[in-house]
Amino acid sequence: MNIKSIAALLVVSTLVLGGVLYRSDDPVPEQSDEAIKSYRLSNGMKVLVIENNRAPVMVSQVWYKVGASYEHDGITGISHVLEHMMFKGTEEHPAGEFSEIIAANGGEENAFTGQDFTAYFQKIANDRLELCLELEADRMRNITFDEKEFIKELEVVKEERRLRTEDKPTALTYERFNAVAYTNSPYRRPIVGWMEDLDTLTVDDARKWYETWYAPNNATLVVAGDVDAEEVFRLAKQYFGKLPTSEIPELKPRREAKQYGTQRLTVELPAKIPYLLMGYKVPNLTPEIVGTEHEQELYALEVLAGILDGGNSARLSKNLVRGQEIANSAGASYGMTARHETLFVLSAVPNDEVAIEVLEFALRDELNTIKTQLPDDVELDRVKAQVVAAQVYKQDSTFYQAMEVGMLDTIGLPWKIKDDYVEKILAVTAEQVQQVANKYLTDDRLTVAVLEPLPNGTEDDGMAAASLAGEKNAE
Amino acid sequence: MQNNPMVMRSKNCVPTQLVRRAIQLLSLVVLAFTSAVVCATPQIQTWQTENGARVLFVPATEIPMLDVRIVFDAGTARDDGSSGLSLLTNGLLSEGAAGKTSQQLAEAFESVGAQIEYDASRDMGLIGVRSLTESRYLSVAIETLKQVLTQPDFPQDAYQRELNRMKLAVKARKQSPSALASKAFNEAVYGDHPYASPASGTYESLEKMTLEKVRAFYKQYYVASNATVAIVGNVERWQAEEIVKAVVSSLPVGEKAAALPEVQPLTEAKKIVIDYPSAQTHIFVGQPGTKRGDEDYFSLYVANHPFGGSGFTSRLVDVIREENGLAYSVYSYFSPLRESGPFTMGMQTKTEQTEKALELLDQQLRLYVEKGPEKDELAASMSNITGGFPLKVDSNSKLLEYIAMIGFYDLPIDYLDNFLDNIRAVDLKMINDALKRRVHPDKMVTIVVGKQGDD
Repeated sequence: MNIKSIAALLVVSTLVLGGVLYRSDDPVPEQSDEAIKSYRLSNGMKVLVIENNRAPVMVSQVWYKVGASYEHDGITGISHVLEHMMFKGTEEHPAGEFSEIIAANGGEENAFTGQDFTAYFQKIANDRLELCLELEADRMRNITFDEKEFIKELEVVKEERRLRTEDKPTALTYERFNAVAYTNSPYRRPIVGWMEDLDTLTVDDARKWYETWYAPNNATLVVAGDVDAEEVFRLAKQYFGKLPTSEIPELKPRREAKQYGTQRLTVELPAKIPYLLMGYKVPNLTPEIVGTEHEQELYALEVLAGILDGGNSARLSKNLVRGQEIANSAGASYGMTARHETLFVLSAVPNDEVAIEVLEFALRDELNTIKTQLPDDVELDRVKAQVVAAQVYKQDSTFYQAMEVGMLDTIGLPWKIKDDYVEKILAVTAEQVQQVANKYLTDDRLTVAVLEPLPNGTEDDGMAAASLAGEKNAE
Repeated sequence: MQNNPMVMRSKNCVPTQLVRRAIQLLSLVVLAFTSAVVCATPQIQTWQTENGARVLFVPATEIPMLDVRIVFDAGTARDDGSSGLSLLTNGLLSEGAAGKTSQQLAEAFESVGAQIEYDASRDMGLIGVRSLTESRYLSVAIETLKQVLTQPDFPQDAYQRELNRMKLAVKARKQSPSALASKAFNEAVYGDHPYASPASGTYESLEKMTLEKVRAFYKQYYVASNATVAIVGNVERWQAEEIVKAVVSSLPVGEKAAALPEVQPLTEAKKIVIDYPSAQTHIFVGQPGTKRGDEDYFSLYVANHPFGGSGFTSRLVDVIREENGLAYSVYSYFSPLRESGPFTMGMQTKTEQTEKALELLDQQLRLYVEKGPEKDELAASMSNITGGFPLKVDSNSKLLEYIAMIGFYDLPIDYLDNFLDNIRAVDLKMINDALKRRVHPDKMVTIVVGKQGDD
């Protein structure tokens, strides 16, 4: 599998109109979930509704199965640029009008692009659903792609990249870390795209990307809030049901190639404080492993992240921030919901005077402890208590609940994962945590990135050097 | 434990939205909100504790959870020359209390899934907890909250560690052009006023910090007379009373913090340029703006909305971003405080475009103060603010934020009930009048942080 063949696959794919993929408007047959009412339009679009009458408001989200990980080299950032272009108008509703209409109706709206999805949303009074659906249906198929608008918007996106990445030393380090950690996985490319690629994107690139991926049979509508599911289905059918389908290209698996030994990089930037990232390649949750014994490993990895960084009592804060007092902050993160193999990431900012090697050693030491000594039950229970509580707290955000379902569905995972999540976390044993640590957190899966600050011209406020305990100041 | 990064279409700087072009285009889809908005504003219950803390409570029965937040007039405005003091004191509460170490306190909260919150901003020092309401969990969360709030030990080792961490935070500010700009803006707008104090302090102020100052700060400001308690969640009134009593009854009565000095208006324009090797220039323009309870507050709030407060439908976004592609994020807002909080316009643009961006910002501001919004702009803003009101109070988190604010600033208890009427009472004349009296384009602070010189 090489990148060029993917490129060819994607670029030649054209819009196929009118193909009927599904015979009737039926509940999505393969899944059932108490909290979610589902429906599938005859053109394949899924409609998921979470009824919740806490407040007379609702959120409407349209999710597309496309994101940065669908891209190929040379057009990185195109999914995100397209997301911006989705506000640039159709014949029916010229540039800016979408936002004006939603605003005038008291709504808030925005959109976001991830590695595995692109989504558009409105938060609005619960009697304004029809308006949202009409506008979303219109822009699913009818964006006009004015070249002048595109050129201006591309400059906006470049400013966004400068703001988010280029002028943030830790963000830029993270970007380069991903680019080295993954050999061939699409996750090695930044969602916002490389500046060098943004420089050469054209309006045609955006249009082609739109024509390839934006179709009802590649989209899921999620509506949550004080709405009636039957009414949502009726309106969804009315506005989206008439849209033609496309033939959606099938992506190759793009599995990450085997790594041979630890990978290291340094990023030298004008900055003041070093930063350390250590990422181990670990599995993601795939539809194939849901329900197999292998699945439990992923929950064990989540618990492992909790033991290290589940709150202020967890080991990294306990031992590195307090205890040895070598880190200003230290964290561990892992998220199983991804389309591709992902990273279990340790990150830390050293205290002044602490060499980055010392910090790396300490982080490795924490992993070794878990690999050789079983975590005790009290510690495990504490991690689990936080997961149980978080499951309750999340109900405070209707938006988040809709997002959770939208994301799972778009990644291709069953929704019931969210319902079974707590139970599966509770089932994780100390032995399983130790096993996954030994199996996955190994040197031949590891990438280490270090931010090495270069002088950036700022003064230290004339501070006595002694106060930073003998800081070696390069400036 | 999840890390799902994503890139949003816009930075959510400021709330809500508007229209400028022909509103009649929209009339087909804009339904009248007059009858549509049935606002079930929450019924806020209030009482006073025996030792003098004011309590605001909203029962919310849908989810088995509870939020308690105690807010003190103990923000950075009380640093009194020791900038960093309020934040350090606030952060140290949970670093040792009632003889327990920070580790033991964290374990107590986290073993029952409770989440502690604490922070210090200009006016407020706050601490609180979110907990499940099942009693075996809630009782631990409440007891531990009580300990950190009323029996902090301020151990020497924790003090030294947190002080060192703040010094590093000061250093971190020096690798962030936006943080550099923000600090410079604050200092230029507020001069000698307590609001100028940077939350994390400065190298000098942290050098002179002592544990005694921290203890004295706590003793003076973390007292019942200076406290507002906000509580939202699935408990009944009697339970709420018990909970509040358990948390704050052992606080000494103490004294309410003295009034802050008034913020003096700027007498002339001030421009500060800071050389920094970033790809973008970060720009802040502004001046002292408005305070809570200000008679012009609603006029200025509505006035700002179509200008730079309504995101994609604001003039600033339209001109700077949509027409010229100069920035990803551009906005303006009033942030009302006990005394005059700032009016701020902000944006970032690549270095070469700095002059053009500054010129456009200035031009837009002058035009707006001179002429005010168009009629249809105002109508669209009104429609957005009133129609969007239910979204402002649709979760426990947002309610907590509101009632804490209402209590802390002594706003009328029916503030939320009357919010829409207060908004609707604003007209074009009031806006134009308020803009001319309160916004002075010739006396703005302008902060520019970015690459200077030849490269």
